[in-house]
Amino acid sequence: MKIRKRNVQQWAGFFILRLAALVIVFILVFILYDIISKGHRVISWEFLLEKPRRGMTEGGIWPAIVGTFWVSLVTIVFSVPIGMFTAIYLNEYARQGRIVRLIRLAIRNLSGVPSIVYGLFGFALFTLYLNLGLSIISTGMTLGLLTLPWTITASEEALKTVPMSYREGALALGATKWQTIRSNVLPYAVPGMLTGTILGLARAAGETAPILFTGVAFFWPILPKFPVNLTQQFMALPYHLFIMSTQHHEIVKVRPLAYGTALVLIVLIIFMNTVAVWIRYRFRKKYKRA
Amino acid sequence: MQLLSKITRTVKFRRLKEKVIESFFFINGSFAVIVLVGIFSLLLIEGFPALQEIGFKEFFLSSNWNPTSPVREAYGILAMVVSTLMVTLGALIIAVPLGIACAAYLADVAGPRTREIVKPVIEILAGIPSVVVGFIGIIVVGPLLSRLFGTSHGLNALNGSLLLAVMALPTIVSISEDAIISVPREFKNASLALGATRWQTLIRVTLPSASSGIIASVMLGMGRAIGETMTVLMATGNAPALPSSFLESVRTMTATIAIELGETVQGGIHYRSLFVIGFVLFIMTFFVNLISDVILEKYQKVNR
Repeated sequence: MKIRKRNVQQWAGFFILRLAALVIVFILVFILYDIISKGHRVISWEFLLEKPRRGMTEGGIWPAIVGTFWVSLVTIVFSVPIGMFTAIYLNEYARQGRIVRLIRLAIRNLSGVPSIVYGLFGFALFTLYLNLGLSIISTGMTLGLLTLPWTITASEEALKTVPMSYREGALALGATKWQTIRSNVLPYAVPGMLTGTILGLARAAGETAPILFTGVAFFWPILPKFPVNLTQQFMALPYHLFIMSTQHHEIVKVRPLAYGTALVLIVLIIFMNTVAVWIRYRFRKKYKRA
Repeated sequence: MQLLSKITRTVKFRRLKEKVIESFFFINGSFAVIVLVGIFSLLLIEGFPALQEIGFKEFFLSSNWNPTSPVREAYGILAMVVSTLMVTLGALIIAVPLGIACAAYLADVAGPRTREIVKPVIEILAGIPSVVVGFIGIIVVGPLLSRLFGTSHGLNALNGSLLLAVMALPTIVSISEDAIISVPREFKNASLALGATRWQTLIRVTLPSASSGIIASVMLGMGRAIGETMTVLMATGNAPALPSSFLESVRTMTATIAIELGETVQGGIHYRSLFVIGFVLFIMTFFVNLISDVILEKYQKVNR
């Protein structure tokens, strides 16, 4: 009797846990289903490759796609070198001590700073103090700061997977520290760093709050041309979705366009995540052979 | 002799080069600290004059926020601090049980194949941009809540809490799961050997042993919820008054900054007071993260 009661208790308990996991899976499936089922109807080459027309009630989202692309590029250029070098310092050079602990504490806390606070900081520092104005470059650098903690952490993880023996081999042959890092550590860590970078970028590309004040525009159809003018304003996918769902004067009429924008944004981000995971997977396989 | 001096010179040059390279990396390494200190001081410098003018007492204890009033401008942030805390609390009430249960399921109950399905789901959920979640809040959750409770619209604190729960869940699940998995095998074995069921072992042994990691995950989720902007901006209705129930529209600190910074005059009191709000947010999340950090560090030491 008692045993049966315990079995029932266990069954019920596990059932509740399973239910919780199911609820979370359901939330994701629901979000994806809702956006895909209602967004795919407006997706066409015209929607992807044309400018918005007639007060943004018609036309496409091409300027927003281009804007997101250029901002992401600036973000990478700004954040990846600093992130990589910081990781190299922490993992290869630094001796454990107060300074390293302070740096790690700073990194962890930076990753917890609200994105809107990065927006305030970027606005005050880049747009005003450094006089970069409302521009792609201010925004890219703001997002660069935002992604910095992720880039550092990912790069460090990548460096940690390189076995100690690779370093010892080079050092034993008389190579200097930097020669060792350059020839025996970095080549093996780069794919891992790349994965982390893309994951960070995928998150940055979807951020809206930090770019609100640094140059994103409601409507800005002038596309950057080569040579790129990074000091102009721009449109961005997440911000476009925001205005199409809250600020537009004909909100119900443009709803399909908002769904389309959401779909493009989600597909873009899931695509970047997939690429990142694929690189990691390839890299692991190659590594096992080496 | 000449050769020897040449070698010494090369070695010296090499050493110098190594020193230069090392200091280059060190400078980069300290960049994170510089940014953190930079954010702190810039918010303080930009915001402090407003605080002086308005006065600490009014700024923190008044719930009247009306910076554009033609008669008398009012800068009291109490209402939005309460709103932020309320929406966050609601999110945690939903996300904590759900997140811990899911983490326990993944770590202790699910088979490897289920894990392979659920773990990517959590990762994708973490990657969904907050503006998309906010969009769902407006279009799906809002109408649903308004029908359920018979209110004119569903853009209220409850909506915000539901969405923030979704945003905080991935953090809570993945960190709690790590904590539950790293409970030493011997603890469970001892309990099972004494005749306890797997459920009893999970509830009485495994979860309590992982409690510090779980608490840390909740703190991190809370930090995310406090600082989240777009979802609450889009889904909570943005009424800047002291809320009395979850069915009222509220306006959080983050939403206030997002709405108002664009309209302010640079250097004016309104502009500066928004930086003070940013500073308060920074301090709140800083401490929440610091607490979770301390807990995690302690617990890693114990487990080693």
